[in-house]
Amino acid sequence: MSDLVLTCEHLVKRFGGIHATDQVSLQIPRGARHALIGPNGAGKTTLINLLTGVLTPTKGRIHLRGEDISKLPPHERVRRGLVRTFQINQLFEGLTPLQTLAMTLSQQRGQGARWWQALGHSPDLNLRCEQLLAQFHLTKVMNHCTHELPYGKRRLLEMAIALACEPRVLLLDEPAAGVPAGEREELLQTVAALPVDVSVVLIEHDMDLVFSFAHRITVLVQGAVLTEGPPAEIAADPRVREVYLGHGDQHG
Amino acid sequence: MSAANSLASLVKLRWWEAALWLLLLALPWLMPTHALLISEITIIALFAMSLDLILGYSGIVSLGHAAFFGMGAYTAALFAKHLHPDPMFGLSIAMLVSALLGAVCSLGVLRGSDLTRIMVTLGVALILQELANKLDWLTGGADGLQGVVMGPVLGRFEFDLFGQTAAWYALGITLLVFVLLRRLVVSPFGYSLQAIRDNRLRAQAIGIPVHARLVAIYTLAAGLAGLAGGLQAQTTGFASLDVFGFDRSADVLLMLVIGGSGWLWGGLVGAVVFKTLHSVISAWTPQYWTFWLGLFLVLLMLVGRERLLRPWTWGRKA
Repeated sequence: MSDLVLTCEHLVKRFGGIHATDQVSLQIPRGARHALIGPNGAGKTTLINLLTGVLTPTKGRIHLRGEDISKLPPHERVRRGLVRTFQINQLFEGLTPLQTLAMTLSQQRGQGARWWQALGHSPDLNLRCEQLLAQFHLTKVMNHCTHELPYGKRRLLEMAIALACEPRVLLLDEPAAGVPAGEREELLQTVAALPVDVSVVLIEHDMDLVFSFAHRITVLVQGAVLTEGPPAEIAADPRVREVYLGHGDQHG
Repeated sequence: MSAANSLASLVKLRWWEAALWLLLLALPWLMPTHALLISEITIIALFAMSLDLILGYSGIVSLGHAAFFGMGAYTAALFAKHLHPDPMFGLSIAMLVSALLGAVCSLGVLRGSDLTRIMVTLGVALILQELANKLDWLTGGADGLQGVVMGPVLGRFEFDLFGQTAAWYALGITLLVFVLLRRLVVSPFGYSLQAIRDNRLRAQAIGIPVHARLVAIYTLAAGLAGLAGGLQAQTTGFASLDVFGFDRSADVLLMLVIGGSGWLWGGLVGAVVFKTLHSVISAWTPQYWTFWLGLFLVLLMLVGRERLLRPWTWGRKA
């Protein structure tokens, strides 16, 4: 049990009479490659919002490395290593990729409130910045303003920001969404090359990506867990085919 | 260029920045007959700079920033009149009191939309103006607070009739603030404010305590506005109800629009251009100067600052 990084037990979120999340339990071990799939409206985004603290659960608990984080505000969860990316890019349009990543790293290292030190003051932070820029193919555009970047680069920056938060658990919300075919390969490579000790939870409609990436898959339907298992088992499950794969294939 | 070099180049003071400041500091000596105008513009520029911290860098719209300017002005005037005539001492108190007021008001601007914030900031300024009007035993009411006599700056430099000391005093304080802010805006703290301005949702998602940061910068901006107000009261020896006026809040917003927000020089440039336009146009046509100012603003907004400053690009397509 000690190897579990993120767990949630019997998580419930009600909006009025609707159970957006219904008794969901998840167990994410260290270094996991876990995918969360389900048809539209299955409650994937609600679940992410509950885990990251944007929404508070009606019932249930969330633990990160043994600590109960159910009541912590979003930024405190990030500082403890629970980080997400967004389905729609959420970037800082007025900053450059370099400024964005250096700022993010300094926040994560508890230097975010320092007004008297220049950003880029610490050499090892700059080094980490350069690593991230290289890893996400952003070195060439590091001094361009973010709003000038092409979509594929913006998508990469979206993920680089999350990684600059030095996550232990990374929630990827549809990383391949909207990426044009020409820039897709670059993105898939970076997803595949994420650090092995980081647990990754992937939410994705792209079945190629899900089945090539995930070691375990959880299927959500109407807010509840339908089933969970290794990819081969999920692919063979007739119930999954029925609710999802049968008519969800157009995304793949 | 490496990441370290790129980041370091943002911090370094450019040569033209140093040159401009030398020129500014020499102005009271170069143009001694305009010393009063120089200190007036400097104080307004400092005020605009303080607004830029919350507007340009943090994305908080305010139509009541004069509340803090006024608070600083009355505090400095009252302090000099009743407690102690030393300018620097009084100025620190004025800044402190305004910052305190800012900290309280910041709770009102954390939530809601831009419209909510505009109304909250406007409301606070109106309340203070009316308080200063009603508490006439303390503030002199509509007559203003008169008979403020200041001691010498740093115990040595007496305020003179032509305003040279006042101009250097205002320039010196403003330079000090500028140097500190120049560092602040390229610090992790400064960049986290810009991140909040650009995308509050993501700022939160990378672990920035959004509310704490906004309270901090609003408090600082209020303190600096109070500093400007205090300078005005001290250099003119007078504080009146118009320090809280809506006009003042609106004018300073215009200056930032003219000079450019999210850029420390924007406040300075805006203040100089605005005041120059004012004196040039109103000397030429005293009754209709706001017409020409209005026309200038409409053009500035429609054409854009970049293009307006580059007439040779007007023929090309945008």
